Amino acid sequence: MTRFLLRRAAWACLTILAVATLSFVLMRSVRGGPFDSERRASAAVEQNLRERYHLDWPLWKQFAAYIGPFELGAHRAELLGGDGTDVFGGVLAGDLGPSLQYRDASVNDILAQSLPISFALGFLALSWALVVGVGAGIASALRRGTKIDVALRLAATTGIALPNFAIAGFLVLLFAFVWPILPVAGHGSWRHLVLPSLALGAPFAAYIARLTRSGMLESLGQDCIRTARAKGLPPRLVVLRHALRGGILPVVSYLGPAAAGVLTGSLVIERVFAIPGTGSHFVNSALNRDYTLAMGVTILYTALVCGLNLLVDVVYAALDPRIALEDES
Amino acid sequence: MRLTPILIPAVLLIGAAAWSISRAGFERADAAYCNGAEPSSLDPQQVTGVPEIRLIRALYEGLVVRDPRTGAPIPGMAESWSTSADGLTWTFRIRGDSQWTDGSLVTAHDFAFAWERLLDPRTGAQYADLLYGVRGARLWAESVGPNGAPSRKFEEAVAIAASDERTLVVGLERPMDHFLELAVSAPLCPVSRKALEAARARWPDRWQVEWTKPEHLVTNGPFRLVERRINDRIRLAKHAGYWDADEVAFDTLDVLASEQLSTNLNFYLTGEVAYLDEVPVTAIPRLRGREDYRPAPYLATSFLRVNVGKPPLDDVRVRRALALAIDRTAITSRITRAGELPAFALVPPILPGWSGAELAHSGDFARDCAEARALLADAGHGPGLRQLEVELHFASQATNKDVCEVVADTWRRELGIVTRLRNQEWKVYLDAQRRLEYEVSRSSWIADYADAATFLEVFAPGADNSRTGWNDARYGTLLERARGAREPERGRILREAEELLMRELPLIPLYTFAVTSLVDPRLGGFHANPLDEHFPKFWHWLDDADLAAKRAVDPSNVERVEGFGPSAGLYSPAEQRRRAAR
Repeated sequence: MTRFLLRRAAWACLTILAVATLSFVLMRSVRGGPFDSERRASAAVEQNLRERYHLDWPLWKQFAAYIGPFELGAHRAELLGGDGTDVFGGVLAGDLGPSLQYRDASVNDILAQSLPISFALGFLALSWALVVGVGAGIASALRRGTKIDVALRLAATTGIALPNFAIAGFLVLLFAFVWPILPVAGHGSWRHLVLPSLALGAPFAAYIARLTRSGMLESLGQDCIRTARAKGLPPRLVVLRHALRGGILPVVSYLGPAAAGVLTGSLVIERVFAIPGTGSHFVNSALNRDYTLAMGVTILYTALVCGLNLLVDVVYAALDPRIALEDES
Repeated sequence: MRLTPILIPAVLLIGAAAWSISRAGFERADAAYCNGAEPSSLDPQQVTGVPEIRLIRALYEGLVVRDPRTGAPIPGMAESWSTSADGLTWTFRIRGDSQWTDGSLVTAHDFAFAWERLLDPRTGAQYADLLYGVRGARLWAESVGPNGAPSRKFEEAVAIAASDERTLVVGLERPMDHFLELAVSAPLCPVSRKALEAARARWPDRWQVEWTKPEHLVTNGPFRLVERRINDRIRLAKHAGYWDADEVAFDTLDVLASEQLSTNLNFYLTGEVAYLDEVPVTAIPRLRGREDYRPAPYLATSFLRVNVGKPPLDDVRVRRALALAIDRTAITSRITRAGELPAFALVPPILPGWSGAELAHSGDFARDCAEARALLADAGHGPGLRQLEVELHFASQATNKDVCEVVADTWRRELGIVTRLRNQEWKVYLDAQRRLEYEVSRSSWIADYADAATFLEVFAPGADNSRTGWNDARYGTLLERARGAREPERGRILREAEELLMRELPLIPLYTFAVTSLVDPRLGGFHANPLDEHFPKFWHWLDDADLAAKRAVDPSNVERVEGFGPSAGLYSPAEQRRRAAR
């Protein structure tokens, strides 16, 4: 188990490094820079801004300075009145540098402020999606072919087909204007998170319902279930303890990508509901050519996805005795 | 089950995180407004954008502010000022009773320090050129040593001096009758020398990130920074040490950062904010006629940049033909729809005291098109002659595409020009424009201050923002003459410059923008103005009597809207006393 975890952690580090390199190259090959604006600064001022953030260095040197706390020589230390010596602490030292767009904040500050919010939103969305999705999936599988099954499957298909911003608009109209019981947007209390998490979780709930249904149907037809029924277990226990355990496996393996999807996919919902999460930075930083923030968000998301996948593997092994983590060696 | 040991701690942990977020609430502020995008900085010398500048108006105060009704400069941190007879020396008397939020007094030295900082190329201030009219300023900023620092001492080289704590003396290169228009601008607000130097000493590498944090930022305006959450809101509170705090009505003011126009509209419609600076175009037909929606012309011009170095656009006849054959009324009435005005000049004609020079046109679109066809034929293009092809370049935002389609359509229909549309992402578009990799490019310019020079200087030969390849020495000479002239002579020369611009046409004006804001009918002290500049120090809530008085002068067909402000109103302590005395 420990060896498995260590090996996976090493792979995760390599993945993050590869993603960081790739996004660095991609980001810098896009046209336009962070200081381009309709009202351009004079050439001298712009040159100073570039030097302040070491954007005048050759790319390899910028990359090295960004990744590690390497001593690459201070560059015009007097810039901006006696500072500018070590603008980048380096990713390896846990410092993602200053934001080029939000000059009053470091990338670390921005992510520390926004990630818990995205996290809470994603957690709420995925929790309700899981509870409702699994519940609906079981009900659908047990009542296969009935009106209930058809209705639930129809709802699930609709949930997958509708984009979450359409659901969001509908929810806002309903619960903030027609029947004004919830705030229309913004952030500040649990009430502000209800509509966004509903909208964000809807497609996932629908997908989970479908996965659970097919998983349960397969698992209900197995010999062990017939045995369990035959030995006289109450139907509730047969479903919850035996059938569900096998039937939910597809859902568990879906949860890793789903959790990543909830985090990265929240950008639209965050914009519609004006929620100060990480998702909006994911898009805006690229649009603003805020190199450091864009890199920071990408690295963070890569780390999260790697971590979530690992967690899913562990849970998978816990659920299905046939899968052993050590087997890989 | 083997699952339990994993699930229980995970659920507890995540639940705790969620709980902590859900508790991060605020008491409702006395008022709130939507400010658009998250401000890039709260440092007055670093700001450029509209949201930042609007926020600077609440946090800082410069020498002068604007009268909310007339827009005229009135005393701010300077209680009075005087000009020498030759117009070259401005002397400002700084108040002796206004404090920074750290309790120390605002002095003339803080202004001198902030202005030096603005000019110093190491600050990276995009608005440094606002002070280039000051004697020695430009030369000082541009003569830098090998380390990037100006090679001469500021005090000796630049005519900005605090002769004592309360006297700021500014010497100008040439007379500048509109100097107060510059003094009111946000980048000329002071910063606390003491606080900034302390921050630099304490965090040599990170001071810029640290000193603007709520716990460190020192400001001198009517409000102080209480809390800042990126992309969410900025909480402001009344600053008790501000000289005019007695006249400030709101104890707390929230500034919301949200870019989604429809979301912002929802904020307004549910009473979350009292003021919203821009509404989605699609909502305009439904808002029209409401008493809280009063679109008004904005000191900003939408125009097409023309790359004059690229044939056939190097031919002024072709440029004039293109300029004539644009159905501007179709653009403003069918696309933008918010009360924009068709424009035939670069400087918006709504600029107070300005009479500019228009592109010569008949006023009848069909006749203009006929003239355009004749011009093209003269230049060798048209039926039986060379086929003219033009590429129209624009950034993929807002109504740009629709506007360009109307332009392309009339050029195609009226002039037979093959017009291709090229759509680029904002920063790519800016880059292409800078490198002159375009033929005709949709652009806009917002006034920095209420003066024609803010528009006309853009196209000065060699200017950083011209981006058309047009370098006309005659135009440069005219601007240079205007820089040294006094009114009304100066206005006459600038008019001459605009006349030249509208003859040479490195740009083709389209329309004057409109401000499409929504303002709670109960919000007092807020007056629409062509710069769309607002000073929250004057804001208050009107009570029923005042609201009725305000409505009495409205035309009768206005649709009444129930505001969300308190019906009892909310006035400043001074106003409350005055009302009690009546």
